[in-house]
Amino acid sequence: MRYITDRKRAVGKGSAKTGTEHYWAMHVSAVALAFMVPTFIYVFGSALGGTRDEVLATFSRPFPAILTGLVLVVAMRHFAKGATVMIEDYAQGSLRRGLIMFAISLSWVITATGLYALARIALGN
Amino acid sequence: MVQFTLPKNSKIRVGKTWPKPEGKNVRKFRIYRWDPDTGENPRVDSYFVDMDSCGPMVLDALIKIKTEIDPTLTFRRSCREGICGSCSMNIDGINTLACIYGLDEIKGDVKIYPLPHMPVVKDLIPDLTHFYAQHASIMPWLETKTNRPAKEWRQSIEDRKKLDGLYECVMCASCSTSCPSYWWNSDRYLGPAALLHAYRWIIDSRDEATPERLDQLEDPFKLYRCHTIMNCTKTCPKGLNPAKAIADIRKLMLERVV
Repeated sequence: MRYITDRKRAVGKGSAKTGTEHYWAMHVSAVALAFMVPTFIYVFGSALGGTRDEVLATFSRPFPAILTGLVLVVAMRHFAKGATVMIEDYAQGSLRRGLIMFAISLSWVITATGLYALARIALGN
Repeated sequence: MVQFTLPKNSKIRVGKTWPKPEGKNVRKFRIYRWDPDTGENPRVDSYFVDMDSCGPMVLDALIKIKTEIDPTLTFRRSCREGICGSCSMNIDGINTLACIYGLDEIKGDVKIYPLPHMPVVKDLIPDLTHFYAQHASIMPWLETKTNRPAKEWRQSIEDRKKLDGLYECVMCASCSTSCPSYWWNSDRYLGPAALLHAYRWIIDSRDEATPERLDQLEDPFKLYRCHTIMNCTKTCPKGLNPAKAIADIRKLMLERVV
């Protein structure tokens, strides 16, 4: 029981003065992915089933390599922001902050690992 | 925060079954009952109503039950024509107003519960204190800064039309209590009803506090907790579209940034 007024409870700590930036970033990355992912699937699909040398040759070309790198970065940024919202919905307090840190860290680890692997393929080990 | 099970003292048990009257056109009503004074868990009582001597709306049946069968049944009601918003409750799984929801729209037993995910005061009466305080927090009044015109503040027909579909809200809380985002985060998310009202004042051509109103809503929780689930629009007993109002506020927010 806290002896505070209903209005004080409703207002809470007030506006965080942020939110639109996140909303816009999600829109931008969603639109970008809507174009990039089908193209990536087409490129990836065309390389699928080929020999190791053929796959390496595909991803050594500038367009597939740059596209794969972009998909990795944009998708992981989209994932991190989306996961943050989902965690905010269902968890509170320290658990919320911990899970958000984990989701953001995971997205960066996946991005870095993917880019490293891509660099090795594209630039020839 | 999300809860997957009811607390122990909120688990619903089977309640009393009241005597069935004579007659061919008898209908069964299963109604949520909880009295804080008894200290017992909530229960669902079963009532039987002779529909030949009952009005066509759910509220008519509730009033008949309270008058003729069980005077302890507690619920809010006032205007009986969908204007006051008092008799909002969950009927047959839908948040709506009992006074304008026809019994002919329900198949089988009539199941009546209080609005979901709100503290219950007694029986079908939810505690709407926080809901009303959130409404007050969006400054639901015309805010002006200039003292001209000194008399009448005029509004064009086009600007007045923008308020249609917004001013009709009767604050019954059906929309907010149907929203999962509001269930999980009602302490910070304003909910569809308060946001619809916020937009009603933002879009009013006579209001001069638009920047302050938008500043107040610029928050990951107050406004952006809406995930366009659309339960609010689907359930609104007045046929309003709170989800569109929220989307329109977001458009205005974006126009300030991009």
